[in-house]
Amino acid sequence: MLQIINMYVNGRREELAVDIRESLLETLREKLNLTSVKKGCGVGECGACTVLVDGVAVDACLYLTMWADGKHILTTEGLKTPTGELNPIQQAFVDEAAVQCGFCTPGLIMTAVELMGKGRRYTREELRKEIAGHLCRCTGYENILNALEKVLGYPKEKEG
Amino acid sequence: MESVGKSMKRVDARGKVTGEARYANDLKPKNCLTAKVVHATIANGRVLSIDTSEAEKVPGVVKIVTCFDVPDIEFPTAGHPWSVEPAHQDIADRKLLNERVRLYGDDIAAIVGTDNVACERAERLLKISYEEYDPIVTVDQALAPGATPLHPNLRKDNVLLHTSFRSGELTYEEAKEKAAEEYGADQLLEHSAVYQTARIAHCHIESATSWAYVDTNGKVTVTSSTQIPHIMRRVISQALGWPVGKIRVIKPYIGGGFGNKQDVLYEPLNAFLTIACGGRPVELEISREECMASTRTRHAVRGEVKALFTRDGKLLARTMDEYSNGGAYASHGHAITASIATIFKDLYHDEYGCRSDATTVYTSSATAGAMRAYGVPQAVFIADCLADDICQAGGFDPLKFRMDNCVGAGFSASNGITYYSYSMKECMRRGAEAIGWEEKRKAYAGQTGSVRHGVGMSIFMYKVGVHPISLETSSARMILNQDGSMQVELSATEIGQGADTVFTQMASEITGITPDRVYIISTQDTDLAPFDTGAYASRQTFVTGKAVKKCGIEFRKKILDYASYMLDRPAEELMIWQNQICEKLPEDESAKIDPAAAWADFPDVDFKPFELKDLPNGEDSILRDTGNIEGKPGKVLLDMKDLAQTAFYSLSRSEHITAEVTSHCKENSFASGCSFVDLTVDMPLGKVKINRIINVHDSGRLINPQLAQAQVHGGMAMGIGYALSEELLYDAKGRPLNDNLLDFKIPTSMDIPDLETIFLELDDPMGPFGNKALGEPPVISVAPAIRNAILNATGVAMNELPMTPQRLVEAFREKGLI
Ligand code: FES
Ligand code: FES
Repeated sequence: MLQIINMYVNGRREELAVDIRESLLETLREKLNLTSVKKGCGVGECGACTVLVDGVAVDACLYLTMWADGKHILTTEGLKTPTGELNPIQQAFVDEAAVQCGFCTPGLIMTAVELMGKGRRYTREELRKEIAGHLCRCTGYENILNALEKVLGYPKEKEG
Repeated sequence: MESVGKSMKRVDARGKVTGEARYANDLKPKNCLTAKVVHATIANGRVLSIDTSEAEKVPGVVKIVTCFDVPDIEFPTAGHPWSVEPAHQDIADRKLLNERVRLYGDDIAAIVGTDNVACERAERLLKISYEEYDPIVTVDQALAPGATPLHPNLRKDNVLLHTSFRSGELTYEEAKEKAAEEYGADQLLEHSAVYQTARIAHCHIESATSWAYVDTNGKVTVTSSTQIPHIMRRVISQALGWPVGKIRVIKPYIGGGFGNKQDVLYEPLNAFLTIACGGRPVELEISREECMASTRTRHAVRGEVKALFTRDGKLLARTMDEYSNGGAYASHGHAITASIATIFKDLYHDEYGCRSDATTVYTSSATAGAMRAYGVPQAVFIADCLADDICQAGGFDPLKFRMDNCVGAGFSASNGITYYSYSMKECMRRGAEAIGWEEKRKAYAGQTGSVRHGVGMSIFMYKVGVHPISLETSSARMILNQDGSMQVELSATEIGQGADTVFTQMASEITGITPDRVYIISTQDTDLAPFDTGAYASRQTFVTGKAVKKCGIEFRKKILDYASYMLDRPAEELMIWQNQICEKLPEDESAKIDPAAAWADFPDVDFKPFELKDLPNGEDSILRDTGNIEGKPGKVLLDMKDLAQTAFYSLSRSEHITAEVTSHCKENSFASGCSFVDLTVDMPLGKVKINRIINVHDSGRLINPQLAQAQVHGGMAMGIGYALSEELLYDAKGRPLNDNLLDFKIPTSMDIPDLETIFLELDDPMGPFGNKALGEPPVISVAPAIRNAILNATGVAMNELPMTPQRLVEAFREKGLI
């Protein structure tokens, strides 16, 4: 059964007819062509599909689109500034070589953006916990943590 | 060097952090139909009938094909270069859908519909009847007398292949007699053991996925998440019985492969389904569960070993009988099992020799195929558990034992693969120093209590490419643009490892065009991209790197010829330097570095002398070419942009400057390195905490140190999972028990400590830039190093992977430690 919903996606209002069984992952990918939202499992195991719903990171594969009615959705496509500059997290991922195949990357970046929104700093161990819901098979998490620490960590003491 | 050796940022990083990089499933058209594979619910038997009548009535179902509808063609799936000799061709043992069911989940039908709900509904309405045989899930079941042969037309029993390798003239028993004479019987010790590795899944985060349609030119066009587009094209052609020219494969960015996508998976079926639907686009994305249970896995291997050694730690002889669970279909056949046996044999030097026998067994379980490092992690697990068990039995220090007995400088394998640059022992020395080996071994001696610390190590060797076992060929194309920038087109594939970036650096190095003006075409389209066999082994920087170099030399020559025409000066007096045509001044002789001289003070570092002139057809000059280093830039004469404009539009001499070459690589070398681990074992909990882990690598000269390090991190994490948590489990009926990412435990960020890396950058004379294998090696020595550290901590030899808390607790109990 189709129902009309309204949601704000990357700042834009969208009015859509959606199947009531549809996941937000399907809607974003298939209807809005927001293909940064990746499907690694479809059942909440990998975190590749992470988006922000009203600032909170959720697995889009487990979130019914119906629940998003009236809410604000943010995907990786919505992070660049209008003139194309990268968000600091995105830049840190580039600089720290935290990207390999890149399939887990948008999801991890969205979790990092959620953390940025909390306005506090994190230790490396706290960051490990925060991203434990994201599986990455390429990086061993080392450079991802380096990138996150650069933006979200405590300022490093200058050497020497 | 200008570009090579620098930590340039990935060329695809921006596209990937913005989510704009497109993967196979992101590219499918809106009106795409969906396909669902129907899997058998028995592990061994035959489909007698499939009644589709009710299923076909489901609204949205477009087409159902069963194992009775597919072409009667058996085809191979391995991502190997094709062999023109029938005896060396991959085994063709499966059809698009199989009536003979050989594993639980075998592909027996496929449903195409407008959406996945329709397909799933239809699946539930299929009426399938089977004839069922006993499942033969394990190697022992498959080898038992009377076991049903899974492929009776190919093999009378379930032995896919058995081979025997040896070094030295004597059998083990003869060696024992001889050793008794030479050393005295009382000076000899023996150790025997059985080691078992686990079957694991690759778990690339992007599942195996493709979509296909028939284009207006009649070509079946498949966009796939693959490592091997050109090989896939050939395999689809074989599977359909269509000419190769009518098949087109497109490979965009892929979300990891690790060898699973070095096999042709569901793409031939996908091609068949679009044809069956009149050429309409059909997507075939398998679920995570299907990806884990129905694609390929790492071979589970049992190694039954024996070793003879002296009381003062000299290795005399070893034997191994190796049984490898190949699963239901041949995939890579016996190649991986054989690779395990040869590396087991070659990693150590046995005074009297070593025998290793390898048997690959068909079983009714998930097909085993290529996975990162192609059997060598299994080989090294067996060889290095044995090494430490020998040390335990003889009271030797594992570092010293390895220094004394490991493969030596100048080693040449029986097939001719040679250590051209060698630093195994220096790698060990660096690793030992970094972890504090001596002090820790002392400090950890004689511990009591239930929480104990240990330090362990393991070493590896790894051949770079596949020459001379199979063909190594690669081609490259370079094209000049009007603004003096260039395209590079290859069929070596970017699979996350950073190939596009390092090829950009190489092209820049040779041509003098800066990396920001080198545009690598990341997508391979087999209708356009020159032939290369793709991403496997750790070949691309070595083999394709050489093609890039060769192509760059030709491209540079053509540019300089044109510059010579424009400037009216001989081309030999010119060079390209940072997008400018400059005068070429003679090279500073004093600035030349002799790679061997830099390592002169390191006793175990070796550069094997070799004769470049022995290499075929001008390949020597490719290896010798050092890009623009061979001259010094003088006065700037002409901008590349002006040159390009003129070349394109000159009324007197217009020329599109392009170059295209094939490089047939007939060299190979070994990379090597080691892992060192310091850990704490909480025995009552069976919990292992890795305090420090260090990988040391000699991968030759690094093209991009930052990406090299990242590659090592990923391999180390995979090695930790292999050691401690990963195993695909089956019940007695052959049903997979944990084919999902929740129950199959790949490491999360909580399971991985900080990862330390050390590189020894020895120039390998066979690498186009002094480089050799790096992609796969990082995974190899991690698991045995962890196992040996647990042995050091507790005195308990864990001979089976993974070393889960359950297994550890059981073992500690058995030894009365808890
Ligand atoms: S796709 Fe949503 S968690 Fe894996
Ligand atoms: S970069 Fe490949 S899964 Fe994370």
